[in-house]
Amino acid sequence: MTTLTLGSTTPADLPVGRSRLIASEWTKLRTVRSTWWTLLAMAVVTLGVAAIAGSAVTHNWHTFSPVQRLTFDPTGITLKGLLFSQLIVGVLGVLVMSAEYGTGTIRATLAATPRRGRVLAAKAVVVGALALVAGEVLSFGAFLLGQSLLRAPAAHATLSQPGVLRAVVDGGVAVALLGLFALGLAAIVRHSAGAITTYVGVLLVLPLILQTLPTSFSQPILKFMPLHITNTVTSVVAVGIQGPSLSPWAGIGVLALDAAIAIGIGGTLLVRRDA
Amino acid sequence: MIEVHQLEKRYRDTVAVRDLSFSVPPGVVTGFLGPNGSGKSTTMRVIMGLDRPDTGTATINGRPYAELRHPLREVGALLEARAIHPGRSAANHLRFLAQTNGIPLARVDEVLDRVGLSEVARRRVGKFSLGMGQRLGIAAALLGDPGVLLFDEPVNGLDPEGILWVRNLLKGLAAEGRSVFVSSHLMSEMALTADRLVVIGRGALISEGTVEDFIATTAGTSVRVRSPRTAQLRQLLEAQGASVTDDVEALDVRGLDAAQVGEIACAAGIALHELSAQTASLEEAFMSLTSDSVEYHGRASASPVPTGRQAR
Ligand SMILES: Nc1ncnc2c1ncn2[C@@H]1O[C@H](COP(=O)(O)OP(=O)(O)O)[C@@H](O)[C@H]1O
Ligand SMILES: [Mg+2]
Repeated sequence: MTTLTLGSTTPADLPVGRSRLIASEWTKLRTVRSTWWTLLAMAVVTLGVAAIAGSAVTHNWHTFSPVQRLTFDPTGITLKGLLFSQLIVGVLGVLVMSAEYGTGTIRATLAATPRRGRVLAAKAVVVGALALVAGEVLSFGAFLLGQSLLRAPAAHATLSQPGVLRAVVDGGVAVALLGLFALGLAAIVRHSAGAITTYVGVLLVLPLILQTLPTSFSQPILKFMPLHITNTVTSVVAVGIQGPSLSPWAGIGVLALDAAIAIGIGGTLLVRRDA
Repeated sequence: MIEVHQLEKRYRDTVAVRDLSFSVPPGVVTGFLGPNGSGKSTTMRVIMGLDRPDTGTATINGRPYAELRHPLREVGALLEARAIHPGRSAANHLRFLAQTNGIPLARVDEVLDRVGLSEVARRRVGKFSLGMGQRLGIAAALLGDPGVLLFDEPVNGLDPEGILWVRNLLKGLAAEGRSVFVSSHLMSEMALTADRLVVIGRGALISEGTVEDFIATTAGTSVRVRSPRTAQLRQLLEAQGASVTDDVEALDVRGLDAAQVGEIACAAGIALHELSAQTASLEEAFMSLTSDSVEYHGRASASPVPTGRQAR
């Protein structure tokens, strides 16, 4: 390996193909193990919670009070595990951006594509698409698995009942939107640990802090918290949820707005800052 | 062709590069020489469009980096820090780069072969040695078959075999008509690799020109002379065009060789107590040149004429 024969190619010889930025980002995403580990973790926990919830309710149905039986939401209970998908998809979304800073790959990326806004847009497309597919597969999977374990006399749900299909679809959409929100956060923060901490802070810690404050102050804000929204959109029977809530459509709209704002700020900073 | 014009880059209160102008022509290796912290990596990042300059411009083939539509086809770079995800294979690293610039994927195997990494193409980069990582970085730089190449300290940490390999690679690339710009903090390395030199110290240009000129003006010999009639001798030598510095007991004469100094003294009947030729090593010359380089920043100019500016 001490000698190197240099080809006689001149720059003109190399054929020019189309730049495929989205394909490039997909190559990056699928060629690191963390992507597949995070998806596996999402699947295990989300489906696991659905299985446990379904069989636990079936076994304990005889202990439920009449009120509990009437307000029981068989859809919502099997989708509770999506909370973990929402947390883990944050890691996926963050790493897509922060791992580039951590490893220095960002320099190769931005040298190859100096139009930086397009880089973040392409990342958003692949993260959004992968998280949406994963979210829908897991949401439908958790619902179907949970329902198959909810046996009579326990109530169970079918997709044809009012509001059920919407709840299951929205469960997957919420996962995708939170993945995009995490991507935007990472573009702002640029460090894996910092971005993941911020993400978990917004998702879990912020609502906890709000709950310690007087309800007159916290209640109008609480309904805009991502965790509150995802709880609302994955429910068909709204009884178990504390305080006022946004409608499912408004809730999804707020999650989309959060993602758009995070990516917008992240993109602006990406363009302005030194790499 | 790289052209840098009156570049200035500040990081908070550090001025990393100031009023820097030079050019990197095709067909030769241009060395970028300066001590650690003198602004070489910063300048290269600015050329690559990664860092934004405060003032001034850097262009590649006449255009700023940000305006290049397929930059990898025009510029390739191996930047200082190893910038590759350790979990990805060598082939996949090059594949995603190729996709961004519409480069045929067959080219990935081609460049891996060129740098001798074909056999480890599917292995994760985290398992690579420093030398292999460096080769992969070079493969990435060559991916788009660019006419302009930048290498930031490419031989750092390499074994002698690897150093020789890089040296020959750079020369070969220049011989193919490409503009090759390579940084180092070692004068000895540059003397072996480069045809032209851009020398900076504390972010400012010290000299730009051919390596021969640089060596002639900076590492040139001086003559040490001791005599009881120093003042008179000094006048005579300076009248002959020498530059003379007083070194307490002796005179340090540049511009004349020992024989000429001896002849002049003899003709004037001045006794000499010592007459010796002093040879500064290239490395010493470079260090003396850059150690107090801050005084040159006002004189750095964009002169395209290869002239070595010399320290006094
Ligand atoms: N990203 C940065 N932030 C702050 N200071 C920097 C940064 N990059 C370089 N510097 C400073 O700029 C100067 C030049 O650094 P650099 O370009 O790395 O020099 P070289 O490559 O010649 O060793 C140094 O003083 C360094 O500390
Ligand atoms: Mg450096």
